[in-house]
Amino acid sequence: MSSIAEFFQHLVNGLTLGGIYALIALGYTMVYGILKFINFAHGDILMVGAYLGLFIFNFLRGNSAIGPWWFVAFLLAMLASMLICALLGMTIEKLAYKPLRKATRLAPLLSAIGVSFMLSNGAAWAWGTQSRKLDYPFDNTPLHVFGISIAPHQILILVVATIMMVALTLFVSKSRMGKAMRATSLDQSTAKLMGINSDQIISLTFGIGSALAACGGMLIALDIKVYATMGTMVGLKAFVAAVVGGIGNIGGAMLGGLLLGLLETFGIALLGIPTSYKDAIAFAVLIIVLLVKPEGIMGKAEKEKV
Amino acid sequence: MILLETKDLTRAYGGVVAVNKVDFTVESGLITGLIGPNGAGKTTLFNNMTGLDVPSSGRVFYQGKDITGYPAHKICRLGIARTFQNIRLFKELSVVENVMVGLHFKNGNGNRLGLALKSFVRLESEQEQMYRKAMKWLEFFHMEDMAEEKAGSLPYGYQRELEIARALATEPKILFLDEPAAGMNPQETDSLMQTIRRIRDLGITVVLIEHDMKLVMNICDNITVLNYGQKIAQGSASDIQKDPKVIEAYLGTDSSDDDDEDF
Repeated sequence: MSSIAEFFQHLVNGLTLGGIYALIALGYTMVYGILKFINFAHGDILMVGAYLGLFIFNFLRGNSAIGPWWFVAFLLAMLASMLICALLGMTIEKLAYKPLRKATRLAPLLSAIGVSFMLSNGAAWAWGTQSRKLDYPFDNTPLHVFGISIAPHQILILVVATIMMVALTLFVSKSRMGKAMRATSLDQSTAKLMGINSDQIISLTFGIGSALAACGGMLIALDIKVYATMGTMVGLKAFVAAVVGGIGNIGGAMLGGLLLGLLETFGIALLGIPTSYKDAIAFAVLIIVLLVKPEGIMGKAEKEKV
Repeated sequence: MILLETKDLTRAYGGVVAVNKVDFTVESGLITGLIGPNGAGKTTLFNNMTGLDVPSSGRVFYQGKDITGYPAHKICRLGIARTFQNIRLFKELSVVENVMVGLHFKNGNGNRLGLALKSFVRLESEQEQMYRKAMKWLEFFHMEDMAEEKAGSLPYGYQRELEIARALATEPKILFLDEPAAGMNPQETDSLMQTIRRIRDLGITVVLIEHDMKLVMNICDNITVLNYGQKIAQGSASDIQKDPKVIEAYLGTDSSDDDDEDF
């Protein structure tokens, strides 16, 4: 394999991984943008999304042989899982975070950690501790293009992640509710005076973030196994991506996610970092960014009000 | 006709009584001024009428309806809008987007998921419609050329006007202006007076806090004076100017004439 082909090979792999991180990072960053709060249960919503997607997919395809229906079933399962997780995220917000909105900043954070444990232990209790595999909804024989080997599931991940990110960007920048969302994140009390129901916007934010997490969960389940604590590491890395990109900034989360995916892939391939240290890359990047530009790549340094 | 009134409104922060049993009335269609020395409780009274703060006791009535303790977004939807003493624009959004946020709830209603989906599907048409409406308000202030600039980058005077434009976009029946002339030079203040009259001519009731006495005495039909949280006078500009209590609050008592000191 020529070195150029090798480069593009890693690029594709990195973007695939990064796309998933980005989808999940969006949930952290959107919630933070509005509530200045890190939803530590976000990674577990991803896990629930992966499980639900797996179950719905398996149910829909039944005993049918692999074919176009599998692919349709996969997409339907993804939509259903996103919808259910959106409702789950909104419910969690109502029950576990909203009552604590006026409490100290640590209280909802602790509550989030509690929710995280409840979700992962609940999943282990309900669905067992054995890991499962989400089957590819199509023949996943890698395609060879210009000396690069691309698995069809990677194309699926790239396409879905791109669609989601474009849709979210359009929604936030162009739609009425998106505008209300940005206004709320810039200044909640003034937004209220414009007749914007901030409770509704917060709920919507959790809904969208959780739906994206479910989508990311199903996509990553094509690469790794599905188990009750799968959300912990992926969630942490997506959180790192959000911070690296500039927490609270939607473009930053996308950039941070892609960057992290690329760094992990290239770090192993080109710098010869052992695979077992793969996870350390993300956190090393986090430390460097926090030292050099603590507000993140696209974040704005907050001016201290005197 | 009384559009909005407070009855015995009190707001205390611990031991400090910022507003003390104030009966404040706003007549429909007029320009009402709220004046008083610094710390008299004017902004606190505004906050308690616009849902940013909840009174310790007393009630707020709007069109005869008790709205005490309503959340700010509901109060806005009833037709009450305001601006701030320290400008609170969405500085990162463009000028026209700021006004479009003001149009938010006038366009569409319904449950939240449906609302979000609808607002996404109808992106184009709804956007155009809101954009046109927002531009109308910018034209009212002769600011249409600045529509795409970031609100935070506008000169100070325009930021003040944009805040008023954004408040007007919520289609209020009553508009509260908190020190609209603060930091303006005499020419800007004159043009602001014209603007406030034009707003009244749209049929919108205006209530304003202002320290610029020339502006207050010129355009207010009715003036209420607060001092140390209490209402000390109410009436027309000429009544207020003659009122000894008001003169005392602003100038202190004359040493040769301190017989009407009440303590």
